[in-house]
Amino acid sequence: MTVQIAGVASTEFGEHPDSSTRELFTDAALEALEDASLSVHDIEELYAGNFIGDLTDDQAHVGAMLADYIGAREAASMRTESACASASSAARSGAQAIAAGDADVALVGGVEMMHASGLGEVTDALANAADNEYENEAGLTFPGIYALMAQAYMREFDADQEDLAAVAVKNYENGTTNPIAQRLEETDVENVLDSPPVATPLNLQDCCPITDGASAAVLVSAAYAEEHGLETTVSFEGSGQSSDSLALQDRPDLARTRAAERAADQAYDSAGISPDDVDVVELHDCFTIAEILAIESLGFFERGEGARGAVEGETAVDGRIPVNTSGGLLAKGHPVGATGVAQLVEITKQLEGRHPNQVDDPTVGLTHTVGGSGASCVVNVLRAGGE
Amino acid sequence: MQQWFIDFAERIDDGDPIYLACEECGTTALPPRSVCPECGTRTFEERSLSETATVTASTTIFSSIPAYADETPYTVVVATFDEGVRLTGQLRDADSVEPGETVTVDAEERDDGWLVTFSPTG
Ligand SMILES: [Zn+2]
Repeated sequence: MTVQIAGVASTEFGEHPDSSTRELFTDAALEALEDASLSVHDIEELYAGNFIGDLTDDQAHVGAMLADYIGAREAASMRTESACASASSAARSGAQAIAAGDADVALVGGVEMMHASGLGEVTDALANAADNEYENEAGLTFPGIYALMAQAYMREFDADQEDLAAVAVKNYENGTTNPIAQRLEETDVENVLDSPPVATPLNLQDCCPITDGASAAVLVSAAYAEEHGLETTVSFEGSGQSSDSLALQDRPDLARTRAAERAADQAYDSAGISPDDVDVVELHDCFTIAEILAIESLGFFERGEGARGAVEGETAVDGRIPVNTSGGLLAKGHPVGATGVAQLVEITKQLEGRHPNQVDDPTVGLTHTVGGSGASCVVNVLRAGGE
Repeated sequence: MQQWFIDFAERIDDGDPIYLACEECGTTALPPRSVCPECGTRTFEERSLSETATVTASTTIFSSIPAYADETPYTVVVATFDEGVRLTGQLRDADSVEPGETVTVDAEERDDGWLVTFSPTG
């Protein structure tokens, strides 16, 4: 592939009461462009993820709005929406446009403002990623859906709540040293188990927080980078995306995310690598159980073995396969429509050797982003080395 | 709430629940699906669904969406019917159930639509 990453940026994640969807995205976009040494007028295509803005802001047509407000009115623009995987779809779309030769410069990103709405309203909006009739109308929340997956997993593989809690302990610790992270305090297994129940067996500290945030990345063709003397040190190496049943009830195994398995296979194929080649990972830990399912789907652990990843330190910053060195969604935060590119920003920093929780000399990094309970999954692969 | 779900729930309420079976490959599904996800044909036929199912998983929800905020905690169950289809509903007549328990399906009419429910059998 000939797609290079020229610049990346994320805003601080947390609460931005004095900002808005269009303002916060502008902050990330302009910082990414500055990082790339390019201007808004260089952007040919803009793809931006945004999931619940229709409901929280009463605003659709978000692609054009963001292009307008960052000052790129001449660019082709589109909002991508695949629930919490929206921004990864944006990154994939931008990379595809460049790989196909249709564009030389694409700005990809995402934004979500979740704090301005009440918790009930946000929970309701997020539930729109599930099957409205079969799941939401039954009172099933998102934590509830992952709780069902957790119960099925724990029962099938004899895992327990302590195994889930170990994921939160690891990611909270990583978050304490990430300057953009929302949660800045460590936790321990007892604290996770003692935190209030949300949907059994998941407690509050098994769940990611509600987050305002925006992320952006500037993708360019290798030819453009060379022609304009851009210093690119990371390439967008491959991508995969797949789907599954919208409702959890329509899957033969509740504790298995097949869209992620298919997206990973496709991404590994397109990048010409295997799971063993991956040095650092940002994946979709919206709930502790989600990280366990993800490291199995991505091929880093056999099915049923993922529960020991955090417990035995294999997924730690200095472990065999470092996972969520940013703090992940659990600690960094989860501005739903921005998360996929937020992950890409973190992996780019790892591959450039400038991450606050730097792993030892990584070459290949990967992002994994899930929409809904797994009805969408996008896996993107990055590699150190410009062209 | 979509009309197809109202129709589906009313059949449960009438004691005459239905499911779909693919005439080509036997795959089972729930309405309003028309294309078989396994073989790709459009040959689903409506069949009668049993009224009991086995609990596959359940969760007790403490933090809810606005429609159910006044009813927490409540338990949501995914149950599997002998015919192969699974259905999600709220638990009635018990505080909790274990995977493997047998439950009976029913439906309740609410202000804003229909709710599928399960109760322990026996
Ligand atoms: Zn069929």
